[in-house]
Amino acid sequence: MNNIIETEPNVAPAPKDEQLNSSHEALEISERNRDEPEWLLTARKEGFMSFDKLGLPTLKDEDWRFTNVAPIAKMKMAPVVKPEHHGLTEKLLSQFPFAALTGSQLVFVDGHFVPEFSSLATLPEGVKVMSLAAALATEPTLVEPHLCRHASSDTNAFTALNTAFFQDGAFIYVPAGETVAEPIHLRFISTAKEHGTTTHPRNLIVAGRDSRVTVIESHVSLSDAAYFTNAVTELVAEENAVVEHLKYQDENQQAFHIATVAAHCGRTSNVVTHSIALGAKLSRTNIFTTLAGEGLECTLNGLYLTRGEQLADHYMIVDHAKPHGASHEYFNGILADKSKGVFHGRILVRPDAQKTDAKQTNKNLLLSDDATANTKPQLEIYADDVKCTHGATLGQLNDESIFYLRSRSIPREKARRMLIQAFAGEIIDRVRCVAVREELDSLVWERLEQNQKIKIHP
Amino acid sequence: MKQAIITIKNLSAEVEGRQILKGINLTIYPGEMHAIMGPNGSGKSTLAAILAGRDGYEITGGEVIYGGQDLLELDPEQRAAEGVFLAFQYPVEIPGVNSTYFLKTAYNEIRKHRRLPELDAMEFLTFVKEKVKLLHLPEDLLKRPVNYGFSGGEKKRNEIFQMAVLEPKFAILDETDSGLDIDALKIVSEGVNALKRPDNAQLVITHYQRLLNFIVPDFVHVLYDGRIVKSGGKELALELEETGYDEMIHAAAVPA
Repeated sequence: MNNIIETEPNVAPAPKDEQLNSSHEALEISERNRDEPEWLLTARKEGFMSFDKLGLPTLKDEDWRFTNVAPIAKMKMAPVVKPEHHGLTEKLLSQFPFAALTGSQLVFVDGHFVPEFSSLATLPEGVKVMSLAAALATEPTLVEPHLCRHASSDTNAFTALNTAFFQDGAFIYVPAGETVAEPIHLRFISTAKEHGTTTHPRNLIVAGRDSRVTVIESHVSLSDAAYFTNAVTELVAEENAVVEHLKYQDENQQAFHIATVAAHCGRTSNVVTHSIALGAKLSRTNIFTTLAGEGLECTLNGLYLTRGEQLADHYMIVDHAKPHGASHEYFNGILADKSKGVFHGRILVRPDAQKTDAKQTNKNLLLSDDATANTKPQLEIYADDVKCTHGATLGQLNDESIFYLRSRSIPREKARRMLIQAFAGEIIDRVRCVAVREELDSLVWERLEQNQKIKIHP
Repeated sequence: MKQAIITIKNLSAEVEGRQILKGINLTIYPGEMHAIMGPNGSGKSTLAAILAGRDGYEITGGEVIYGGQDLLELDPEQRAAEGVFLAFQYPVEIPGVNSTYFLKTAYNEIRKHRRLPELDAMEFLTFVKEKVKLLHLPEDLLKRPVNYGFSGGEKKRNEIFQMAVLEPKFAILDETDSGLDIDALKIVSEGVNALKRPDNAQLVITHYQRLLNFIVPDFVHVLYDGRIVKSGGKELALELEETGYDEMIHAAAVPA
C-alpha cells in the first residue's frame, strides 16, 4: 500500500451559470431579507457579488481538479420557499441515524426549521440552542461578532452562494465555563421531490472560553430527487474550549452535497472535527481551520465510503498562525465499484507559528479495480522550527493478512470484512462521544455490508 | 495400530516454475514431536506454507492425508477448523483488529465446526486469561490490535499463545525460535512443551539446534534441496550441530 495515483482530469469549461447572474439579484436580497440587520445584508450582497465574480469552479481550477461540479451549474437551484415535508413523520424521523441521542435536537426539513420536530434538553444557564433565523432576531449581539466572519466568500463560490441565500440553520452558543454534557444534534432532512431543489443551511457554533460541547450535524434524505445541499458551518472555539463536531453525510445517491466547516480555534483550545461521507452522487467537504492561538490542538478526522459512481471529496486547509500548535488529519476512504475518493490537504505554517506539529495521513482502500483515489498533500511552511509530516497509501486488502486470519479458521469473506471494518475503525475510534461512536460504528458496518453485497453478487 | 495424524507421501511442489519440494515422505503419529532442520533454501518454510494452505504453490506430485482426508483439497480455514495450526515465521500485524475479538472469532469458528456451542464474550475472556499466563504475556495484549506494535519476541510468544487457545491437533512451528533471545526462547519452549499431549502432534521447523535444547523432539529430519536426506532421533540434531549441514549432506547424498 504505497503508491499514489493522480489522474489527469478532462478539463471542460463549466457552463456559465445562467440562473443567478442577474444584476437585480442584489436588490432582491435586500427585499427578501429586509428584516435582517444591516451588517448581514451587506455580507449577503458581498457574497452575491463574490459569487457573480468567481462563478462555479471548473476542473481548470487547481482546488477542483478532480471534482467536476458542472452538473450543479446546470441545475436550476430552486429554493424551497415553503417546506412541504413530503410525508415526513415523527416515526420516520426516529429511524434516521442518531435519532435516539438524548440531547437537544434541531430539525430542519428542506432547509426550514421545524419546531414541532425539534426538542431541547435541559441546558446549563446561558446556553443557546436555536434556529439561526431566531437568533438573528433575539440574540443579534451574540451572532454578529461571528457570523460570516470565518467562512470566507472571497475565494469560495459555494460559501459565497450560501451567504447570499441562506434561509436558516442552527445557532449554538455556550457561554464561558459551561459544559453541555450531551451531544446537540442538528438534523438536515431533504424531502425534495423536484430535481434541482437547493438548500443553503447555515450554522454557527460558538463555544466560549473553557466551555465544552459536542455537535452532530447529520444530512439525510427521504427523497430520490437530484437536489443540492450547500451547507456552511462556522465554528468558534474560544480560549481553552473543547469542541467535538461530527458531520454525517448520507444524502441520497442522486444528490449533490457541498459543505464547508470553517473553524476558528483560540488559544489552548481542543477542536475535533469528523467528516463521515457515505451518501450523495457528489460530495465535497471543505474543512478550514485557523489555529489562531498558541498551544492548541486540532484534529481533522474523516471517513468516506463510496460505491457505484459516487465521488467523495475532502479539501482541508489547516492554517497554523501561532506557535506550539498541533494539528492531525486522518482520512480513510473505502472505495468500491467505479467510485472515486479525493483528498486535498493543505497545511500552512505562518512565520510566527514556530514549534508547530502538523501531521496528515490519507489512506485509501480500493475494493475494485475501477475505483480511483486522488490524494494531494500541500505543505507551505514559512517557519523554521516545525514538524510537519504527511503520508498517503493506496491499495487493496493485504493478502498476507487475509491468509493469517484464514489460517486461524476465519473464513475468507469474514476475514475480508474484518480487515475492512478495521480500516474504518481506525477513524471511528477517534470519535470521543461514546454514544455517537457506537452508533456510527454500527452504521458504517451496515453500510460496508451493503456495499459488499452489491460487490459480491452483482 | 495407532492411526497417523498426518501422512505426507512423496510430496513435490513448485513455486513460479521452480521445483522446491522433490518428494517428501513423512508420517507423524499422535503424541509425537518431529523437528525438521535444514539450511536456508532447503524447502522448510515451503513445506510449512503448503501444509497450512498458503496460495502460490503448485503441487506437482504426491499427497497429504490428514485425519483421513486429502489435506491439500481443503481451504486454509477448513484445515484450521480441522485442527491444523501454523505458527508463522513472520506473524502479520493487523492494525485495527482487536486481539480478543480476533481470537474469539477464530475459536468460535472452530467450535462451530465441531458442533459445540460458541462462547460468549465473558466466557471467552475468562478462558483466554488463563492461557495468557502460560506464555507470560501481559494481559493488556488482549486489548491491543493483533501483533500491532509488538516486539519480535512478543509476536512469537503471541503465536504460541494462539496455539494454546485454539488447541490444534497438528501444529507446525515455522522458525519460531528465530530472532528470540534466550529468555524468550525459554518461555516459548515452555509453552510448546506444556501443549504437548498424547493426542496431538507438532512439527518444529528450525535452522538451529539451539531450540532443541528446550523442546526435545522424538524425531529429527534433515531437509536438503527439497528432500529429507536423513532421519533419526534427537541425537541427530546434536550431530548436526557438530558436523554442520555440509558434511552431513555430503555423506547422505550417496544414493541409497
